[in-house]
Amino acid sequence: MTGSPLLVAADLHKSYGPTPALEGASLAVWAGEVVAIMGPSGSGKSTLLHCLAGIVVPDSGQVRYDGRELSGMPDAARSALRRTRFGFVFQFGQLVPELTCVENVALPLRLERVPRREAERRAAQWLDRLEVGDVAGKRPGEVSGGQGQRVAVARALVTTPQVVFADEPTGALDSLNGERVMRLLTAAARETGAAVVLVTHEPRVAGYSDREVVVRDGRTRDLERTW
Amino acid sequence: MVSEVLLGARFAVAGGRDGWTRTLFTAVGVGVGVALLLLAASVPGALQSREQRGQARAGFHAGDVLPAGPGTVLIASVVTTFRDQEVYGNLVRAEGPDAPVPPGLVALPRAGEAVVSPALRDLLDSPEGPLFAPRLGGARVTGVIGDEGLLGPGELAFYLGSDTLGSGRAVRLDRFGEPQPAHEPFGPMLTLLIVIIFVVLLLPITVFIGAAVRFGGERRDRRLAALRLIGADRRMTRRIATGETAVAALLGLAAGGLLFLAGRALVPLVTLWDISLYAGDVRPWPPLVVAIALAVPALAVVVNLAALRGVAVEPLGVTRRGVPPRRRIWWRLLLPATGLALLAPMAGGGGVAAAPAEYQAAAGTVLVLVGAVALLPWLIDLLVRRLGAGPVGWQLAVRRLQLDSATSARLVGGIAVAVAGTIGLQMLFAAVENRSRTAGDDVTRAQAIVRTFGRTDLPESLARLRGTPGVAGAVGTYEIAAALPRGGPDRLQLLVGDCAELAAFADLGRCADGDTFLVRSAESGSVTASQLRPGGRVALGDDGRPWTVPTGARRVPARAQGPVAPRDAILATPGALDPGTLPERETATFVRFVPGDPDALERVRSTVLAADPLAQVAALTPVRESNRFASIRRGLYLGIVVTLLLIASSMLVGVLEQLRERRRLLAMLVALGTPRRSLGLSVLWQTVLPVLVGLVLAVGFGLGLGVVLLRIAVVRVTISWAAVGWSAGLGAAAVLLTTALSLPALWRLTRPDGLRTE
Amino acid sequence: MMCIVLSMSLGQTFLGLLESGPRHGYDLKRTYDDRFGNARPLHYGQVYATLSRLLKDGLVELDGVEPGEGPERKRYAITSAGVTDVGRWLGTPEKPEPYLQNTLYTKIVLAVLTGRPAADLLDVQRAEHLRLMRELTRRKAEGDLAEQLICDHALFHLEADLRWLELTSARLDDLAARVRS
Repeated sequence: MTGSPLLVAADLHKSYGPTPALEGASLAVWAGEVVAIMGPSGSGKSTLLHCLAGIVVPDSGQVRYDGRELSGMPDAARSALRRTRFGFVFQFGQLVPELTCVENVALPLRLERVPRREAERRAAQWLDRLEVGDVAGKRPGEVSGGQGQRVAVARALVTTPQVVFADEPTGALDSLNGERVMRLLTAAARETGAAVVLVTHEPRVAGYSDREVVVRDGRTRDLERTW
Repeated sequence: MVSEVLLGARFAVAGGRDGWTRTLFTAVGVGVGVALLLLAASVPGALQSREQRGQARAGFHAGDVLPAGPGTVLIASVVTTFRDQEVYGNLVRAEGPDAPVPPGLVALPRAGEAVVSPALRDLLDSPEGPLFAPRLGGARVTGVIGDEGLLGPGELAFYLGSDTLGSGRAVRLDRFGEPQPAHEPFGPMLTLLIVIIFVVLLLPITVFIGAAVRFGGERRDRRLAALRLIGADRRMTRRIATGETAVAALLGLAAGGLLFLAGRALVPLVTLWDISLYAGDVRPWPPLVVAIALAVPALAVVVNLAALRGVAVEPLGVTRRGVPPRRRIWWRLLLPATGLALLAPMAGGGGVAAAPAEYQAAAGTVLVLVGAVALLPWLIDLLVRRLGAGPVGWQLAVRRLQLDSATSARLVGGIAVAVAGTIGLQMLFAAVENRSRTAGDDVTRAQAIVRTFGRTDLPESLARLRGTPGVAGAVGTYEIAAALPRGGPDRLQLLVGDCAELAAFADLGRCADGDTFLVRSAESGSVTASQLRPGGRVALGDDGRPWTVPTGARRVPARAQGPVAPRDAILATPGALDPGTLPERETATFVRFVPGDPDALERVRSTVLAADPLAQVAALTPVRESNRFASIRRGLYLGIVVTLLLIASSMLVGVLEQLRERRRLLAMLVALGTPRRSLGLSVLWQTVLPVLVGLVLAVGFGLGLGVVLLRIAVVRVTISWAAVGWSAGLGAAAVLLTTALSLPALWRLTRPDGLRTE
Repeated sequence: MMCIVLSMSLGQTFLGLLESGPRHGYDLKRTYDDRFGNARPLHYGQVYATLSRLLKDGLVELDGVEPGEGPERKRYAITSAGVTDVGRWLGTPEKPEPYLQNTLYTKIVLAVLTGRPAADLLDVQRAEHLRLMRELTRRKAEGDLAEQLICDHALFHLEADLRWLELTSARLDDLAARVRS
């Protein structure tokens, strides 16, 4: 944790209607590290992740990525940032059911106007790397949950992003499959130098992180506080 | 078993707010369709009651001439038109205390009295009233014709009392109405047209009803899954679904009935094809009502069960059956092939002669159009299967269609039928219209012709016309046909008038009363004219009364700039031939208007009728286009637009449902950085592709149908590309509208909130 | 094992109980038995041995001796050094290992009783647990199957502890209400 952080969130507030989701959350992510965001359900973990990734604009507070203020950017610029610098893995419902697995993985590249053939070649390589090369031609409905999640990880990494945001990536998996997804995700991220922001409520999944941040009632707990 | 159906019924009405809205949605959709079906079912009845009222008031007498008596009336038609609307005018004179009274009247008007229709009363009260009022000859309006004496609420009609009407120009009646309704059925061609119009408009409505039944269907299916979890088997779920759909369909029937009744109240406000109808006329034919009441719920249940066939309702959820079954082609081809086989023998040029042929043609048309619907899913499948990957939006759309094209195919089928039918009908209309379009009048010489019968006041009449504002000039003569005594059918006209009038037709040179002239135009080929000599004899009028051309008659050339085109004629001054001795004493006056005065024609009509209610004023028009066909065409376009709007609305509902169902996926795609433009394009492609196939098919089938219909009607086959363009354009507009309207929802659903788990 | 843990923390527990006010040794035993003793009451010998050790270390002082005989007449009060000692103890996470809950529970109750932020205590403890879990996860990734199985065993137990910590922090308000009543 030396040098300046890659991604910084300072004093974020966000409400959905009358319900507050974040009430003063702060967080810094350095390049290449794996940060676990933990906390009980409804504590605001996912909202924090969405703010960090520029999916949601906080009501107040700042998110800076690589020295740039995210909340001031227009939607198109944030979309472009998500496309090129970030990767995403969610709990479920993230693969397009009509597309084959390899097409799903190639999707972010296609959005970047990489030619289809090239995009699918690189997608296939990532599928191999995540040990799901054999399901490339199948549709998401035809593969197991663990395989689907590894396909999703491949999609998150295919653009070699700087940060991978993973929201309960093992939430729908049994422990063996969950561990496998986490092992492959963190190993690949470390290899490519991507930072991982991992939202989870499972301690064993958080065990794959370098450090953790606890969110409670919309606030991050500073664990360094002295007594 | 019954209890499960009832359970489903309870779900439909007691499924919470969500269940209610779904049921309501379906009911409204089905209701709109049912209302339109009921309206269509009312058309024959409405036309029939119109016809019956027309018969009941007819002044028609067959058989021997009646003697005048206390129970007879004399009646004569006053032929006039206001603007473009024909007026039903009558001159009546009671011949005794027991004279019959026409329907809708309390008593016959006496001289100086008039009874008018409500529409005419409104016209007289309006600022335009003075343009019409003189035609009643200054009579006082003493009453209003009741509904039973009118064809429709918009009809202009009057009965004008007279004490001078003689039996020569009138019919004597002892009762009104045709004793034996001379029921003239629609001609075979018209029947065929009406059947096809019904098919073209009703098939899409049926498609729409089918789609409306499935509004919210996917969620309903998911509830069935929950029932499976607590132990319902597949058959039970099917029965429950049946109950639920049936309730929605029955509510839809009720809604449709109410909509129909509400819409019927608006009918009197509309005048279409010069026809206005009373709300009471719009009465659906009972057997059709029964058919609709039975068919709609049945259709609803069948559609729902067919949709359930495509999915597996399991205890843990609803899954689409893996790969949709490959569509078989043979029966899809069988339908249009059978249809063509039925139509083919008639297309040989024999035409539609007998009743069975009408039905054969109608059945053939229906089969061809239904065949288009059946063929469509197969074609869409065929196309989509072969489509390669393109940009992301395209790829998403194509892949989605590859998995499930049935839903859109059903709706597009409706569009295809509407468009194909429109093209076919438009081609037929265009052709028939061309045939019925007669050469126009030459309006550079005169713009109206006034004819009177049995009168001797031509000079006064001419003076009145020349004094009417808006009239630039008038030339009038007595007119009678003249033929050689033993000549053929070739006739020429004998005009009797003052020198001044006659000079309009020919270069007379000198002229004094008592002169006679023989006019021969340069290009004339008339035998009569060439054989006629001064001193020769001709036969005048229908009874061929002989008349000798005075020996002093001179030959003169026709005038190039006369009120009519140069023609052969005999011109006689009253001194040579006393018009009072002519049998019919018919006059023809050519009237020129001051350019740019739209009311001049109405004033002339008024001037003429005020003096002589039985005179006729004919307006000359450069192009005589059949009004009727123009309005039928407008009506058809209107029907098609309404139909397409219905289909577009159900497509919209489908797209919105699909978007809502996929909101998480959409939010995820946005999180990945997918531009919304790509998502919008995927929605567009997903609607455009099937519709494109549908339109191509529709144009093909429409042109084919049009050609066959033209052959049947024995009309030269010409393809109306304007009709093709319009119809296909309307179909395309429906798609664009659907996509445009779904975009706000797409925008809303792709907000990041969608990522939050429920 | 439990006894060892107990003897190690009994002094701090007494100190924590004394923070709310001076007490007799008898009172201390009664309160301790009620709150933490489960079915195993303390021996008087244990009580007085601990108290005299605390007295010797200057963490408690005699508040007064009532007339009469026996050690039970003495009243003990906590010194400021004693208060500091309790704070330090509560702020130091326990070494993560199985069957910790008794010590942790004692600490939480004392933190609540003495008005210290119990939630922080739990966070510090979960951070410590996670640190060990990370290390085990790392070892697991590098080790052979046997190593993996052994690490997993430890990981699952630590996870159970962590879940308990989560649950407890969610129920702190309930606990405070119960303890203070």
